[in-house]
Amino acid sequence: MVYKKSLGEKAFDVFNILLLTIGTFVFLYPLWFVLISSLSSAAAIASGSVILWPEGINFDAYKRVFSDKSIWNAYSNTLFYVGVGTVINLVLTTLGAYPLSRRDLKGKNGIMMFIVFTMFFSGGLIPIYLNVRDLGLFDSRWAILLPSAISAYNLIVMRTFFQSTIPDGLIESGKIEGASEYRILWSIVLPLSMPVMAVMTLFYAVAHWNSWFDAMIYLQNRNYFPLQLLLREILVQSQTNNMLGGVGSGDVQTISETIKYATIIIATLPILVIYPFLQKYFAKGVMLGGVKE
Amino acid sequence: MRTRAVNTKGTKAPGHFSKGYRRTTFKEITKNRSLYIMLIPVILYFVLFQYKPMYGVIIAFKDFNPFVGVWDSKWVGFKHFEQFFQSYYFGRILRNTVLMSLYQLIFAFPAAIILALLLNEVKNQAFKRIVQSISYLPHFISLVVVSGMIIDFLQPDGIINRLIVAAGLMKEPINFLIMPEWFRTVFISSGIWQGIGWSSIIYLAALSGINPSLYEAAVVDGAGRWKQMLHITLPGLMPTIIILLIINIGSFMVVGFDKIILLYNPATYETADVIGSFVFRRGILEANYSFTAAVGLFNSMINFILLILVNQIAKKKAESSLW
Repeated sequence: MVYKKSLGEKAFDVFNILLLTIGTFVFLYPLWFVLISSLSSAAAIASGSVILWPEGINFDAYKRVFSDKSIWNAYSNTLFYVGVGTVINLVLTTLGAYPLSRRDLKGKNGIMMFIVFTMFFSGGLIPIYLNVRDLGLFDSRWAILLPSAISAYNLIVMRTFFQSTIPDGLIESGKIEGASEYRILWSIVLPLSMPVMAVMTLFYAVAHWNSWFDAMIYLQNRNYFPLQLLLREILVQSQTNNMLGGVGSGDVQTISETIKYATIIIATLPILVIYPFLQKYFAKGVMLGGVKE
Repeated sequence: MRTRAVNTKGTKAPGHFSKGYRRTTFKEITKNRSLYIMLIPVILYFVLFQYKPMYGVIIAFKDFNPFVGVWDSKWVGFKHFEQFFQSYYFGRILRNTVLMSLYQLIFAFPAAIILALLLNEVKNQAFKRIVQSISYLPHFISLVVVSGMIIDFLQPDGIINRLIVAAGLMKEPINFLIMPEWFRTVFISSGIWQGIGWSSIIYLAALSGINPSLYEAAVVDGAGRWKQMLHITLPGLMPTIIILLIINIGSFMVVGFDKIILLYNPATYETADVIGSFVFRRGILEANYSFTAAVGLFNSMINFILLILVNQIAKKKAESSLW
């Protein structure tokens, strides 16, 4: 049976495609504008003629950003926080999720309550801040890694995944073979849990990559600053002085504009490049989170 | 066979409960010894980084003195709470927090649903996939970069003002970021730009779960696309909408203050300052620890009550609680 569209429905289709095309343009244009501006000459930007295409293409801004040591230092700090932080997250989350997914564990409901309660009530910013100082973590890399070591939400998602996809019989047979719990976790449970592990890795890694607030309140030593905190200084507080060597005072403002755009591109490019490959995992992750008991 | 034997043994003896029960408990705990050992670092984390600050919140009822510590600081009862409730800021930050959440609920929440519905009506799958992928993209740009872009675009000589003036909508450029009346619009609309695609994923998944035979039957009955949307698509989406609405209401008093402190400035405090940003400024920057711990506790308590209420409603209405 062929469904015949009415005139109104045809009009809607045209309107819908048009609207979504405009929407797509709105999603992309800000990034496009930053890209073309970072490649344009400072004079073209000052005159306001850069709107759709770069003008006076040059790489001066990139050269200035690349020659700034603090950017590279912050970049490597961020890679450290993402790498080490994500490993800590994954190990601890798994060590919590696996035992709690086991039906035969006495007291698991009590421990779950103990964990879930922290999602409902928190000491609040100030007690958390004073606690980190109290523990002697202030102004150290641990202040970035430890306070966010486990997300209760992620732990619950992982536990639900273990419960719903790992058959009890498989764990049982591992035990009969005489395998230790660590062995069972490592050789039976984890190989079957790659989808959830991939999603957790991505969620934790992106959170570390984007994080800046903890670094701002806990760190004073600039050598420990992650990229996002440095970006805040450059983009939000407009501190581009480090990169303005040799610029005449009249050009400072326009050149610092192009430096900002180049910085945004350099800081966002890694994500944009790997994004198409990771996209499907992210979408999957949202759905995993929707899984309830 | 074996499992059945074990089961009957376990359920057979409610009479001499205590002795047998205790022995099996002990046996089960030693049997799963290594599972408990795995949990030690996890529990340690929650004690040290979640529960210890909960104990630390008692400084809200004390005059905290960093040199003597939490326990030995002097008790002052509700002094800080009274000071907060009587201050000029109480009304302002409460109003800003509530309004910001409310606007988010009114504008950002339905936006994702509308995007999902529009995408659902697209018959060309390739086009649909491209629009979807591009709409997620802003979600992965960090908040700092997005805020930096907002600040740059909204300068008097920024791209948005240039486009507005060029289009003849306005004669003079507007300095958005120092105008309190613009702050919420900027905050909410940039939030929609960044989040709408990502938030629509969950609705699109729910839409793909609707049984196609329902649509076929509707066509046979002569229902047009509008009727189909009204009577099949929307009802199919309702459970998801209700659950997400409940989650949103549960976090009503939590406004993303990290984005606020990136975007606000003293000129816009009047409309921009929320509870979170106030606690940050007065507490961490100005070191009024006890006072802001009290403000934070006030906020945590409202959150807690909201979450409990909302879950009760979810249990009754949606027949599925959130935990």
